[in-house]
Amino acid sequence: MANFSEQSYRSKRQSQSFTDTGNVQDLLSHWNDRGFQALTFVAALLAAAVPFWMSALIFQQAQPAIAKFGLSFLWTQDWNVDQNIFGALPYIYGTLVSSAIALLMALPIGVAVAIITSEDVFPSWLQSPIAVVVELIAAIPSVIVGLWGRFILIPALAPFQEFLFGHFKWLPIFNTQPFGPSMLMAGIVLAIMILPTIAAISREVLRAISQDLRNGAFALGSTQWETIWHITLPAAASGIFGGASLALGRALGETMAVTMVIGNVTGIDVSLLSPGNTIPALLANQFSEATDPVHIGALMYLALVLFLVTLTVNALAVVMVRFLTRHA
Amino acid sequence: MSQLSDPLPLPKRIFNATLSAIAFSLAALALIPLLAMLWSIFTKGMPYLTWDVFTQLPAPAGMKDVANGFANAVMGTLLMVAIASGISLPLGILTAIFLSEFGKKSAFAEGIRFLISILSAAPSIVVGVFAYGVIVMPLKGFSAFAGGFALSIIMLPIVALATEEALKLVPTSQRLASAALGAGLARTTFRVVLVRSFPSILTTALLAIARAAGETAPLIFTALFSQNWLESVMGPSASLSVLIFNYANSPFKEQNDLAWAAAVILVGMVLFTNLLARFVTRKRLKAR
Repeated sequence: MANFSEQSYRSKRQSQSFTDTGNVQDLLSHWNDRGFQALTFVAALLAAAVPFWMSALIFQQAQPAIAKFGLSFLWTQDWNVDQNIFGALPYIYGTLVSSAIALLMALPIGVAVAIITSEDVFPSWLQSPIAVVVELIAAIPSVIVGLWGRFILIPALAPFQEFLFGHFKWLPIFNTQPFGPSMLMAGIVLAIMILPTIAAISREVLRAISQDLRNGAFALGSTQWETIWHITLPAAASGIFGGASLALGRALGETMAVTMVIGNVTGIDVSLLSPGNTIPALLANQFSEATDPVHIGALMYLALVLFLVTLTVNALAVVMVRFLTRHA
Repeated sequence: MSQLSDPLPLPKRIFNATLSAIAFSLAALALIPLLAMLWSIFTKGMPYLTWDVFTQLPAPAGMKDVANGFANAVMGTLLMVAIASGISLPLGILTAIFLSEFGKKSAFAEGIRFLISILSAAPSIVVGVFAYGVIVMPLKGFSAFAGGFALSIIMLPIVALATEEALKLVPTSQRLASAALGAGLARTTFRVVLVRSFPSILTTALLAIARAAGETAPLIFTALFSQNWLESVMGPSASLSVLIFNYANSPFKEQNDLAWAAAVILVGMVLFTNLLARFVTRKRLKAR
């Protein structure tokens, strides 16, 4: 294959258009090319500037709250709109706990789906329909998942919540009377929403693992599942971890579905059966009604915290996945 | 030789059976959500999906036996998605052309790619906060334009990254052939690269549009909601997704029912474009 580079291509064009003296069309097309290239360059710069613009603007709008509360905003618990006292801890707690529940549930299920749809434990004509059914969950708008969660899932799982309370109330995490919306429900809905991410990435990672590794294990007498458990999964572990971080980033910022099933009650309760609140859910509920600059500032401050946390989680995941694909 | 036909040792058989059982039951569990969602949306939404829904305004809450619909929300969603497409499609496609045709693997292009992937990871509610700060606060009012702007930020990274992938699939030899015939960069890009990748770019655009049409978080405090017909681009606007959110929280059953009807429209659109995209991609992979 010829080693084609933009530079050589461009310089050829240039020398040609200037030696053909008097050929106006060529000159025009030369400037056309220059202009077109500049246009795409400006577009790319604009697109790349948006994240900076976004963080700068949110930081600037958060100033009233940052000036008033400083970093203690992050670990105080009061959220009083009338007295203009704001502390973010309950929302940070709710965001982290609901996402952690989601990850704990979605990780084993997602990896199981990935194994079933990539290893030869299942006939291949069934593999891709299963993968499609799981991956299409990602296409359902969040507000519709929330609608389903509120009217179908919560009533369907009410006996399950009652069962946990009835039999395990000696555990602090199940010791409140459930009444429907709860931290646990938010975690389950989030788990459903991040499942496609984990399944799809784990599937790619498993497929990228060299067949030689598996053949080696088979040659030593391993069965299919022993190979998967002792060889394939450990080899894929770091890639799956990267996928899980991407999924965590999604879960942390998920808004509509969570706000429709979590109950939107401020406060920290260790019991997962009691309602809670998250940063995105609070933003969704209060932003359109906020008028006081300090209140808006506090909401902006929360958005900033959320943005920074998801950025960090995602940047780590992107670096991890890139690093792995380079060394694979 | 008899060892060859001996069954596996018991511990091995137990290990195999256990892992099979766990993996199959977990995977079966994973199939439930989508099927259950589609089933309830279809059965609960279809009966209320009447012609009125597309032609009438929302009836006042609690009133029965009056024409009830969400034509204004359908219009609002169409308008805001159109604004978002008008901003994000040109910008995203030009960015993709820069990345795939000019920037390629340079450190600068890698940097831009990284920033765009950061943007695609930004929570949609944060994008809404951003649009609130950029448009709603300075202009002192909720508007359809602010909603469209927020949706364009959601669409931009999807369009840019997926279009770049589509452009990269065009064989370099075709660019070389075009250059050999005397075409410049702009002409090669427009007449060869873009033409060749047009079906994939179109699918990308449809996917991005479907995604934007279902977004709620960026709209609830930029476009807000409205019970009336859209009056101006600079005024608040209803949208299907915010309608679902508001009506799901409503204590009135008629409004809950309409939320399901709106869900049928959104899900139908989203599933159609996604299946179409899968079909187009598979066809292209086979054709190569």
